[in-house]
Amino acid sequence: MAEAPHDADRAGHAPIGHNVSLARRAWNIRRHAIRMGEVQGQGYIAQALDIADVLAAAYFHAMRYRPDDPEWEGRDRFLLSNGHYAIALYAALIEAGFIPEDELETYGSDESRLPMSGMAAYTPGMEMSGGSLGIGLSIAVGRALGLKRKASDATVYMLFSDGELDEGSVWEAILGAAHHQLDNLIAVVDINNQQADGPSTKVMGFEPLVDKLHAFGWFVTRVDGNDLDAVRDAFDACKAQRGQGRPAMIVADTLMGKGVPFLEAREKNHFIRVEAHEWALALQALDERRPA
Amino acid sequence: MKPAVPPSTGKPRLTTSAMIASIAGEGQRTKPAPFGHALVELAKSDERVLGMTADLGKYTDLHIFAQALPERHYQMGMAEQLLFGAASGLAAEGFTPFATTYAVFASRRAYDFIHQTIAEEDRNVKIVCALPGLTSGYGPSHQAAEDLALFRAMPNITVIDPCDAHEIEQAVPAIAAHQGPVYMRLLRGQVPLVLDEYGYSFELGRAKLLRDGAEVLFVSSGILTMRALEAAKLLENDRIGAAVLHVPTIKPLDAAAIVDACSRPGRLVIVAENHTVIGGLGEAVAGLLMRESVHPAFRMIGLPDEFLAAGALPTLHDRYGISTEAICARVKEWVG
Repeated sequence: MAEAPHDADRAGHAPIGHNVSLARRAWNIRRHAIRMGEVQGQGYIAQALDIADVLAAAYFHAMRYRPDDPEWEGRDRFLLSNGHYAIALYAALIEAGFIPEDELETYGSDESRLPMSGMAAYTPGMEMSGGSLGIGLSIAVGRALGLKRKASDATVYMLFSDGELDEGSVWEAILGAAHHQLDNLIAVVDINNQQADGPSTKVMGFEPLVDKLHAFGWFVTRVDGNDLDAVRDAFDACKAQRGQGRPAMIVADTLMGKGVPFLEAREKNHFIRVEAHEWALALQALDERRPA
Repeated sequence: MKPAVPPSTGKPRLTTSAMIASIAGEGQRTKPAPFGHALVELAKSDERVLGMTADLGKYTDLHIFAQALPERHYQMGMAEQLLFGAASGLAAEGFTPFATTYAVFASRRAYDFIHQTIAEEDRNVKIVCALPGLTSGYGPSHQAAEDLALFRAMPNITVIDPCDAHEIEQAVPAIAAHQGPVYMRLLRGQVPLVLDEYGYSFELGRAKLLRDGAEVLFVSSGILTMRALEAAKLLENDRIGAAVLHVPTIKPLDAAAIVDACSRPGRLVIVAENHTVIGGLGEAVAGLLMRESVHPAFRMIGLPDEFLAAGALPTLHDRYGISTEAICARVKEWVG
């Protein structure tokens, strides 16, 4: 049995401050990510910037956790399937207080707890080893089954990318989650329309995605993944589905490089190159847009 | 080129057994569904134990568990990637899932899922797979000739190749008591009962000498231990003394017991396995002996490096040299 939650476990009480706006959380996540990219001189920064709003809404609106006790039984589980988004999740985990901010200096370095691709054994708050794309939703099904067995009221959140929709295993898990009526599972797919060989919809068409997911028995909501209010509402709508016997998916359309205009405008690519001098420019561009 | 229509020989031909057929020989003592019954027993005393399958409950004896404890059983559909990913997730939540399918599907189709979600994440999942090696006459789609090689190469996973019903019954609680991922080959249905006659008990990681002999040492696992024991009895008629060292834990190997048995001078060491000669027990033992500077005369009995034929199992075991008669013939050739 999960322990009953209490107010102190709410995300809004993360140690960096009370009453910080979601917009500021998202901005902080972007800033941590750019600083990590600067350390390494590389990184999937355009994806980190596109998904920052989703992570801010997940960690500072939807989810329940204890940053000083990452394996607290009552926590909501956040699974990262697309391991190369680790730079974004580390930024969120720093913002949420799981990882000290100065540790971002070690990103991608030898002996770091923050490897380039996210793995369960390395990082507090990292629930799975991603990177072999298409794996996360299967694990999420097992996590959700396990939480139901324990009569836990915790929720499994699982982030994956549109390219992973090409993987047959994702559809096995989409079938399985509906079959097992996993209404304690909320998946988020990042539709930035970019995968290794080009635009995701060109590499392997997956539209109309919402219709497909409806047909598979899921609750689906499609939102502008960079509209914080819409993302927050989408999480609320998914959580409200609990008890309906359906898993939920947020289809989040995002803009790669979001928040840094010159990266938003750059020709889209799976691995957007950032020149050495541009990291400082990216920080500067972000700083000029700091929300309250 | 496809083969021509076979000529009539006048003799009745053996036919391919159905998947549910037993590998037991005629008149051999057997026990029904030892895995299914042992798992039910284990689950009664351990709340964490779960059963999962990918549409092969009936063919892995998990249906016994599903009938006895339906609330502890998960049907994951014919979806092996989902099966093992979900098993990882359940293990991460503190459960001990026993996930069953055929050895071909675990080792070949779902390999990356087991590698990443179970072995790399160190999840306490027990993978239990029917039709290991050459125990199906359906051809390569169902013949897992290379499963041990594949799982031996995967870090952090314990690999078990049990011989009979007696061993399977004992291995089920033993692998549950071991914290970490395990791959175990499964014999299902009417499973031969052999090792109880030898006062044998299964211990994870331990090889055991079942009988002694001066001329030959069989180092064997799985059903080839049964065959080696039968061959050893027959070889007595030819005054060839054959010892049998049973090695059910393929990884980690019981190096001390193997080195000790293979160090006895004057004995031909024959590794016998229901597996391709590439990457299985034979090469594991050979590598160990080389590293330990133990150099006995050495032979391997195993499946050839080729796609195996469809047909009746007795025919195929004869053809590929793993029937008792074929083993005896080769040993006599080697020793004679």
